[in-house]
Amino acid sequence: MEKTVNNIITHHANDKKRLMDMLLNIQEQFNYIPDDAIDILVEKLDLPKVHILETISFYHFLTLKYTGKYTIYLNDSVSAYMNGRKEVAKAFEEEIGIKFNSVTNDGLIGLFDTSCIGMSDQEPSALINNKVFTNLSPEKVKEIVKNMKDGKDINNLMKANLGDGKNSHKLIHSMVNNNIHIKKAILSDDYIPGSALLKIIEQERMEVVNEIENAELRGRGGAGFPTDLKWKFTAKTPEGKRYIFCNADEGEPGTFKDRVILTEKPELIFEGMAICGYAIDSDEGILYLRHEYKYLKKYLENILDKMRKRNLLGKNILGQDGFNFDIRIQLGGGAYVCGEETALLESTEGNRGEPRYKPPFPAVKGYLDRPTVINNVETLCSVVKILNKGNYWFKKMGTEESRGTKLLSISGDCEKLGIYEVEWGITITEMLHMAGASNVQAVQIGGPSGNCISQDEFENQIRYSDLGTGGSIVIIGNKRDLLKDIVLNYTNFFIEESCGSCVPCRNLIVIYRNTLQKIINGKGVQADLDNMLEWEKVMKMNRCGLGQTSFHPIVTTLKNFPKLYESKILEDSDIISTFDINSAIKEYCNATGRKPNIEE
Amino acid sequence: MKKKFKILIDGKELSVKHGQTILEVASNNGIYIPTLCNYVNLEPQASCRVCSVKVNGRPMTACTTTVRPKMEIENDTKEMNELRKIIIETMFITGNHFCPSCEKSGNCELQALAYRLKMDVPQFSYSFSNKDIDASNPKLMIDHNRCIKCKRCARGIKTDDGKDIFAFKNRGKKIMISIDNELAKNISDEKAQEAMDICPVGAILKKERGFIDPIGTRKYDNKPIGSDIEKLMEVRS
Repeated sequence: MEKTVNNIITHHANDKKRLMDMLLNIQEQFNYIPDDAIDILVEKLDLPKVHILETISFYHFLTLKYTGKYTIYLNDSVSAYMNGRKEVAKAFEEEIGIKFNSVTNDGLIGLFDTSCIGMSDQEPSALINNKVFTNLSPEKVKEIVKNMKDGKDINNLMKANLGDGKNSHKLIHSMVNNNIHIKKAILSDDYIPGSALLKIIEQERMEVVNEIENAELRGRGGAGFPTDLKWKFTAKTPEGKRYIFCNADEGEPGTFKDRVILTEKPELIFEGMAICGYAIDSDEGILYLRHEYKYLKKYLENILDKMRKRNLLGKNILGQDGFNFDIRIQLGGGAYVCGEETALLESTEGNRGEPRYKPPFPAVKGYLDRPTVINNVETLCSVVKILNKGNYWFKKMGTEESRGTKLLSISGDCEKLGIYEVEWGITITEMLHMAGASNVQAVQIGGPSGNCISQDEFENQIRYSDLGTGGSIVIIGNKRDLLKDIVLNYTNFFIEESCGSCVPCRNLIVIYRNTLQKIINGKGVQADLDNMLEWEKVMKMNRCGLGQTSFHPIVTTLKNFPKLYESKILEDSDIISTFDINSAIKEYCNATGRKPNIEE
Repeated sequence: MKKKFKILIDGKELSVKHGQTILEVASNNGIYIPTLCNYVNLEPQASCRVCSVKVNGRPMTACTTTVRPKMEIENDTKEMNELRKIIIETMFITGNHFCPSCEKSGNCELQALAYRLKMDVPQFSYSFSNKDIDASNPKLMIDHNRCIKCKRCARGIKTDDGKDIFAFKNRGKKIMISIDNELAKNISDEKAQEAMDICPVGAILKKERGFIDPIGTRKYDNKPIGSDIEKLMEVRS
């Protein structure tokens, strides 16, 4: 073991900032991180042991205990439950003979829960030794477990065809399907890798940024910050090392659009990063890939190699003197919060993925304290298309304040689940029609951190100033129990994924969940509903976007489906749900002629 | 010299310089903004959110936000104090904070804040699990039941050669402080005392010291937390 760990450390040049990679490699080798390995890291990297333990214990896919020869992570998102997750989970437990979050005595199989793995259009699905198994059923589980017990290779655990598109590429070799229904600007087949780079090397750096500005491109991660401004802030910093990150850590339950772009159009992403490198004078890019998409890593690295060979990356790109840019892939460790850009940087530096406070913004002080641009996958793809076809072409699509297209990941109760690249401005009704959805109770726009809307808003449009979204759309049919099946699951997701640093995000969200559970159990009172609205102000005091939105599943449904909550609370109850010390001692004070010493 | 400009805290006009945080400016002017995870000479952590103030209507942490021209800050308002009280209450119900049996009572910032913010009865139900007390260290006793995860120990207490002794473990509601017992067992008595003092609650206690200061003579026994800062204002005016 010592030799293996030492090799891993040397492979990453004894660089303590590459701790994540080292830990991930050790985990991959041993299916856990042995204490002896930590001691070697402590010695070789001169890092405190508590720091390494802090990092390990933060990430879902890094463990201090052995996870089994076969490690099963079964997705527990809403979409999975909608498609029979309960039966599949039961089948796993019965066939293996263990409960979740444990390993068989012989160490053969470990069974664990995991948050959304980006397969909402083919659930229930699981990661087994980092390979994706989709559309599971109890029968398939039986087959998988039997084959595990027979010691079969991971590729032969279940009979299944390879997925569509590049999923059948020998370096991906996966049963995952793209399910692309509509292609537009980004997914269209007319893209020639390198075409935009060829164009821009004829231009000044600022001309490139101006073109993006003129196209009015806004970030596709959900917040909608103007892309050109992000670039300009970074370009304005004093000369020196700058970094470009692509945020491919899509963890919002229900989203899977980046997975499809990474599979079908990776060159578009990498070219977008190189263009950004040219525009802001940076020579190093890092694509932060969520751990759940590890099955794409070899394929993506192969694409990078091909681009290097074609001189689309590397030194003096396309013969342009001094235009150097290269990209590496940083794998995550399983943490939704790392999709927050500063948490992503912390993670890449080998730390727990705790969001930083801002300012300073990454544009000024980012990765390794250097100026850093962090863009969403889809944003970078749009950049390439804008430079290829011009800002007028781009601006013709979408609406006044939301230009271009948006990839929607549609799942839930509809006939045609999958990816729809649409122009901004589409109404919910149009979208539901497109996806073949009827008898719709609610639509979750932008995942759990977004907004759960009722029919009252179905004529509204998907655009930044109306219904903004990072792209996760979950359609919830009439027969679902909205509070129990959806809202409770989403709230538990945030409890699981909070980094735990800010007090309201760590504590108050649990109180929210317990109050919701009380209401579902029929024990809630009116004061519970009032409180949940009031606590919103406290949640907004959290540091990052996770903490500031984790109450959304409850509060947006409370606002949009008030009757649902009101019908569940106790009426005419004589429960005293609040305590006011002043009124409690008022009578006593009056009788004794004393003044209360507590201010009104 | 940097140019001065004016900001407003609760309607009071203050003349300030660029680069200072709202918290520094307030403290220098005798205005108390409640804090908990913040500690003198430590990089701010901004995780307790207790020092949140409204800056032109938006909540921001006073410990990390630097002053800018035209800032109008709401601090000692009914609303902000109510919100802070909720935060403090959630800390009380997620740990076992039984003040009468705690060595830190009277010197405890959490307790003092609860008094100052007039937390009478927690509105939330208790929800904490029983956590082990770690008394294996010869110098320190760690009571995880009382820890509020402010990370002051992790930020402030290092070995003589600068190594970390404390850090976080896990995430979300399972988060806790972990301690490197190998390093911690060799720390000096002074360092152990420092660790106890830096802890705002009674989670880190120096052994063989208990109840040296009698109750009634402790830091917050007779005057509320923050009065040392507010005294500054009284002296000046």
